[in-house]
Amino acid sequence: MYQTNYHRASSVADALKLLQDAEDGKFVSGGMTLIPAMKTRLAAPSDLIDLRHIAELKGISVEGNKVTIRAGTTHAEVATSRELAAVCPAICDLASHIGDPHVRHMGTIGGSVANNDPAADYPAAMLALGATVVTNSRELAAEDFFTGLFETALDDDEIVTAVYFTAAETCGYEKFPNPASRYAMTGVFVAKNGGDVRVAVTGAGGDGVFRSADLEAALAANFDASALEGASIPAEGLMSDIHASAEYRANLVVVMAKRAVAKARRG
Amino acid sequence: MSDVSMVVNGRKVSGHVEDRTLLVHYLREHLGMTGTHVGCDTSQCGACVVHMDGKAVKSCSVLAVQASGSEILTIEGLAATADADLHPVQAAFREHHGLQCGFCTPGMIMAATDMIRRHPEGLDEKTVRAELEGNICRCTGYHNIVKAILAASEKMKGMAENKETVAA
Amino acid sequence: MGVEGIGARVARKEDKRFITGGGRYVDDMVVPGMKHAVFVRSPHAHADILGIDVSAAEAMPGVIGVLTGKQIKADGIGNLICGWMIHSKDGSPMNMGAWSPLAVDRVRYAGDAVAIVVAETKGQARDAAEAVEVSYQERDAVTSAVDALKPDAPQLHPEAAGNLIYDWEIGNGPETDAALARAAHITRMHIVNNRLVPNAMEPRAALGVYDKAEDHYTCWTTSQNPHVARLVMSAFYNVAPENKLRVIAPDVGGGFGSKIFIYPEEIVCLWASKRTGVPVKWVADRTESFLTDAHGRDHVTEVQLAFDENHRMIGLKVDTIANFGAYMSLFSSSVPTYLYATLLSGQYNIPAIHANVRAVYTNTAPVDAYRGAGRPEATYLLERTVETAARELGLSPAELRRKNFIREFPHQTPVIMNYDAGDYEASLSAAMQAADWDGFEARRSEAKSRGKLRGIGMSCYIEACGIAPSAAVGSLGAGVGLWESAEVRVNAVGTIEVLTGSHSHGQGHETTFAQLVSERFGVPLDSVSIVHGDTDKVQMGMGTYGSRSGAVGMSAIVKALDKVEAKAKKIAAHLMEADEGDIVIENGELKVAGTDKSVPWFQLALAAYTAHNLPGGMEPGLKETAFYDPSNFTFPAGCYICEVEIDPDTGITDIVQFVAADDFGNIINPMIVEGQVHGGIAQGVGQALLEGAHYDDSSGQLLTASYMDYTMPRADDLPSFQLSHQNTPCPSNPLGIKGCGEAGAIGSPPAVINAITDAIGTNDLQMPATPQKVWATIRSATRH
Repeated sequence: MYQTNYHRASSVADALKLLQDAEDGKFVSGGMTLIPAMKTRLAAPSDLIDLRHIAELKGISVEGNKVTIRAGTTHAEVATSRELAAVCPAICDLASHIGDPHVRHMGTIGGSVANNDPAADYPAAMLALGATVVTNSRELAAEDFFTGLFETALDDDEIVTAVYFTAAETCGYEKFPNPASRYAMTGVFVAKNGGDVRVAVTGAGGDGVFRSADLEAALAANFDASALEGASIPAEGLMSDIHASAEYRANLVVVMAKRAVAKARRG
Repeated sequence: MSDVSMVVNGRKVSGHVEDRTLLVHYLREHLGMTGTHVGCDTSQCGACVVHMDGKAVKSCSVLAVQASGSEILTIEGLAATADADLHPVQAAFREHHGLQCGFCTPGMIMAATDMIRRHPEGLDEKTVRAELEGNICRCTGYHNIVKAILAASEKMKGMAENKETVAA
Repeated sequence: MGVEGIGARVARKEDKRFITGGGRYVDDMVVPGMKHAVFVRSPHAHADILGIDVSAAEAMPGVIGVLTGKQIKADGIGNLICGWMIHSKDGSPMNMGAWSPLAVDRVRYAGDAVAIVVAETKGQARDAAEAVEVSYQERDAVTSAVDALKPDAPQLHPEAAGNLIYDWEIGNGPETDAALARAAHITRMHIVNNRLVPNAMEPRAALGVYDKAEDHYTCWTTSQNPHVARLVMSAFYNVAPENKLRVIAPDVGGGFGSKIFIYPEEIVCLWASKRTGVPVKWVADRTESFLTDAHGRDHVTEVQLAFDENHRMIGLKVDTIANFGAYMSLFSSSVPTYLYATLLSGQYNIPAIHANVRAVYTNTAPVDAYRGAGRPEATYLLERTVETAARELGLSPAELRRKNFIREFPHQTPVIMNYDAGDYEASLSAAMQAADWDGFEARRSEAKSRGKLRGIGMSCYIEACGIAPSAAVGSLGAGVGLWESAEVRVNAVGTIEVLTGSHSHGQGHETTFAQLVSERFGVPLDSVSIVHGDTDKVQMGMGTYGSRSGAVGMSAIVKALDKVEAKAKKIAAHLMEADEGDIVIENGELKVAGTDKSVPWFQLALAAYTAHNLPGGMEPGLKETAFYDPSNFTFPAGCYICEVEIDPDTGITDIVQFVAADDFGNIINPMIVEGQVHGGIAQGVGQALLEGAHYDDSSGQLLTASYMDYTMPRADDLPSFQLSHQNTPCPSNPLGIKGCGEAGAIGSPPAVINAITDAIGTNDLQMPATPQKVWATIRSATRH
């Protein structure tokens, strides 16, 4: 790791000020992606601004079916939240399979969303649930927020403070992990609200998380795994690496979508 | 450079470290507590697992400065939390031959202890195997590690129930 | 057996320190004034070094020294060597290229060491390593051994024309060709044995300390055989004479073969300590381990197995190309020759065998012994071919094997080995019964109703362990003898120290070896200590690999114990005025048989050291040394059965049952032996399903250089295993032990792949059977 200067922020305002004063600063929350990247010298921020101790970034609130998860909430907290499980068990299920138990104790939803790793799980949920990403200065629809591989609409001096969404009537997430890294090699989040079905895919897209209009249309007609029998999506534009070709990923998208639907229907 | 202070295994410690110092290196090199190991660079092997404020974390992915102000428990301090020569998880690893070369063992034991804490209702083999995702062992094929964790979980459940009975 | 003696499931003595954080590994060592080293490594797979500028690095904060290949060469440090001479079939000696500990004018694989930076902290050393400016002129690289043999392939070493190290053969070619010509059926296969990275959880490390006042070196290193390390560093690398070099291998976190070899880093750290005047510690990070630890396997083989009309095997012809990487590692040459081709007869009576092996340089990490070393490669090709033959001939896999089993011992194979004992039918029957083989078709149907493809496969392996008679291996080219030493010291208070040349890095010697002593003298386990891993304490030893520590290391201890016992009995007879032949040792006492006269063990020991009343002419003390040289290899064998369920939608394989029936001869501690089998199976399943080192063909970069891309078996990839043991004691050593360390890794890969190919209905599948590969194979099979 290169030398860096650490600062612990006490509030969002404090964090922004610290960033402003830094030459090439970066926010760190759980650090489960950033610290490993710094260890391998792939990231080299001059300053690290720690958001983990900011009280206003913590907590989950559920009002009716409106869910707000503040950015500093860890994956473990999302996974085990009873009030969240009551309205949107799929998001708890998703969080309970991010990384491993130790990573889930540190990693946060804000960090995951802001980093937009193409193999991360949360972006699929945000997109399928039509979530809104809240920052210190504005609110962005998930669709506008995730812009590409590790790319978001965030400005440099902008902090994700929360996400909120309306819990879908029915939803489910299923992923096929990369055998080595255990990140999503393909993960599919399906959400149904009346006649509106959204299918969001992570781990597979060459430009990051995306929605599949074809699968959405098939499921809107009949929200059942059988509706996807014989369905396929084009391999073009999907990622290809030593673990999974684009063709294999295209297959996994359909298979995971079927399983996510089956899971959603089981509740 | 920054000042750090934390409670490690019940003892207050403080020091002056480069900000880039990882918690695992602070423990190993500054405090001389070499029971916590480093087995990879990508936060996957789990040889470095310690408890921070009661929860298992990978000390290779946390800076010492991030951990400043927290309570850390390492393999060296585990037995004392059970007020015994060996914590029940340590004893189970020995009894069931859940270790060979010993290198992944401290992380395994700290992960297992955390796993049992999170599952007071008890564990089954499938859950144990799934929850060991963040810990790699090259010697045992996990067979006896799984056995040891299941046995320790049963034993600790029994101990907790006994305590409840006594308290009632 | 006593509760702590032979056959007892004793919890391990060494565990206390490991479970409490008290283990002492090389990276835990701190010596006064110690500094930290980082190696500058080649980013290119193949390039000429045009120049190295260290001036910027030397000026960095905390830097103590930056040293290069030119300097190490100027100081007379020798090139690394391969210690087993193999001759090609034309009689010429193998073509060994030069391997300088720090590259001088050419780098030959990505990760090749170019310079060492020593600094106050590891962080500073890494910062400075990035500032070392190496000017490279890139060359074309070749990573596949098959490609490296092509006429227009990039050439690695001037000593090895066409990148060919040797072209070796064994067995009888004409007889084998004749058998193929008259065969009723020939099964032909193209077999790739995938390249693996050993991945001991403790990365390699070295701490070199030069003491100027004494002109003496100490090296703490992650070694499976510190004595061989000292021998080689003294005799060949010119680091220091043996009496001025101490090598210590303290607790070592797994080896699996990868820590047998002497690597550049320990040599360079010792030399750098002298050059810089400070103790130098280097600890590999994981990616460095991936790049530079000796890899395993990487064979490509064409095989033909011929049968007569009665389905009896009449000939086996094998043609193998073995990838050696960029340099010849210490034992590399023996792996695809005498550790491989000599096992091609398997458990079968095959009258004619011929194998041809070409060893080839490529721009990849050096390849050497990894758990099983040659024997997994032999077993894999044979057991996959036999299984395929059974399918082609319409026989059950068990029936075809039974028809061809060797049933009379000793049995001389056409490829050197003389099997001394075994009962292959016993393991096969035990495994089939444990696996409920007969109930499989019902389970297959049930799985089908759930949309899953279920398959079952078996593998009957044999291995040769406990290598071996020194004279025999010497005649085959080995540069060292393969005996073992032991010293048994009985202290004046009766406690016992056993010094052994074996080295434990997970195998539990501190317990197993102590059980042997406890059994012999009836003393508590706690009063016996095992000392190993330090050339200043143990005079000489050959280390631990090839499942040799039980069969060879413990046999040496038995010999020393025999001598101690003989002397103790003489003293006891003298003290009790009895006949030496009437003295028996029971429950920690020396007794006169048939009387109530006895001397407790501790009193006997005290008498040996007070020397007030010893038999006339006897030397005081009770300490004996022995060297044991085996008279033959040992031959563990067994049968493994794997049952899988495959999800055709994703191609993922779930191992639903794994049965291992092993004949290891006599067993000292069944708990420890089972642990060895578990771990071996996990590595074998890893090879079959998950693991593979993958180099980019054109750039020569290792694409699987971390756990992000190299799939290590995790707990949820594996089932619990069902084990059983059969026992035909080994006749050639005093304990009847055969060895158990590698069996799991040898027997399991073919069982797994035979099960998968059974499930998906094709024989054409190479390891690792990743979900993607299995899915694609199913898909192409359905298309046809």
